[in-house]
Amino acid sequence: MGRIRKLLIPGVDKQLLVRDATKTMPDLVRRRFIAGGASLGALTLLTGCDVSDSFSAEQMLTKISKFNDAVQAWMFNPNALAPTFPESAITKPFPFNGYYDLEEAPEIDGKDWKFEVRGLVDNKKSWTLEELYKLPQVKQVTRHICVEGWSAIGSWTGTPLRDFLKLVGADTSAKYCWFQCGDKEGYNSPLDMRSALHPQTQMTFKFGDEILPRAYGFPMKIRVPTKLGFKNPKYVISMEVTNDYKGGYWEDQGYNSFSGS
Amino acid sequence: MSSLAATDERAATAPTKVIQPAWVRVMHWINALAIILMIMSGWQIYNASPLFTSLRFSHSITLGGWLGGALLWHFAAMWLLTINGLVYLIVGFATGRFKSKLLPITPGGVISDTKAAFTGKLSHDDLSKYNQVQKLLYAGIIIVGVVIVLSGLSIWKPVQLQWLAALFGGYEIARYVHFFCMSAIVAFLVIHVALAVLVPKSLRAMIIGR
Repeated sequence: MGRIRKLLIPGVDKQLLVRDATKTMPDLVRRRFIAGGASLGALTLLTGCDVSDSFSAEQMLTKISKFNDAVQAWMFNPNALAPTFPESAITKPFPFNGYYDLEEAPEIDGKDWKFEVRGLVDNKKSWTLEELYKLPQVKQVTRHICVEGWSAIGSWTGTPLRDFLKLVGADTSAKYCWFQCGDKEGYNSPLDMRSALHPQTQMTFKFGDEILPRAYGFPMKIRVPTKLGFKNPKYVISMEVTNDYKGGYWEDQGYNSFSGS
Repeated sequence: MSSLAATDERAATAPTKVIQPAWVRVMHWINALAIILMIMSGWQIYNASPLFTSLRFSHSITLGGWLGGALLWHFAAMWLLTINGLVYLIVGFATGRFKSKLLPITPGGVISDTKAAFTGKLSHDDLSKYNQVQKLLYAGIIIVGVVIVLSGLSIWKPVQLQWLAALFGGYEIARYVHFFCMSAIVAFLVIHVALAVLVPKSLRAMIIGR
């Protein structure tokens, strides 16, 4: 979907375009999902509907997932802090995880890297790592919970995102902070504004008191302890404050978009 | 005359009492569908990060195709399971059905009825009265049902519902509790279905009521 988004033409219906594109070049994951989703089989077969018809298991599940986004937003308490742990509880070694292997993880030169801030902000500018390192930082020892089910406790240090949003004059009434990353497929993920403003949501520069290593997203990761791991983007290169839902790498493939913990 | 004969015939057989009221039957089958969807999608989710390295579930018995699809199924069927289950609990307590059908359970009664079951001496003449083994299993599975939902909520919302997760000893332990509750439900299902097949009129009562 990340690739499809780049092909968008103004005035062309995004959904139709996506549908056409997936028809001609079915994405492996999408096919896997449909095949698996329809493997309950009887339900869709009995109704005589093709999975691309108006009623299908996939569309029903997508609607319920959107409903679950709303339920989770309602459950989200902006003042509830994720549990914190003593340093002794930190998981060693902290697991590396991504859709790519560690050898394929982005190798970013911290001197060239810039963090681009776009969208509904007063001060649109690109920040160097040196500038970002000067901002006040706080440390948190929290549990990272992966959508796969495993979890690990880590130590992350960085600038609370809400402080940064205030600094750049972001419109915090906007719906999302949309992050883009520097990996080969252009990982991206939307973060709802209330979660972005949560006191523990952090622009992370250090892991375990050391400069964030490549494995965990050098030079910057967005740590969101109130979200599942895939909503914690690594190798972040830009942030757009926006009212538009722009989708995300995993969100577009079927992971629940809110995915709050 | 034929209508008269029919009336007489009905009069002769009519006293057959309803064993399973309609609300029990409807909720039973909604629950059956929900629990099967939850177990099959749950097995696919389990496979993404197995708790026991030697245990994985075959793709042929899972639902969703991959983790993302399975999660969509799991978080859709959870509504069916919990809403149906909640209404069942409320009605079960309010009507006094739980009390009259499932209590009392005594250790002596369970032991003697278990012995009777294995020697083929357990009576199934009156299906409206549960024997001690049934009472224990049905009361037990209701409790397991409550625990699996609560542990599931702890895994889903370990921050927002952290008090609940803490009750289970934290996120990681809640995952194990959730898994063992699933195992108990699967074990129950095997026995439950086998016994329904052995005593077909109990299955009939759960479908047409009598």
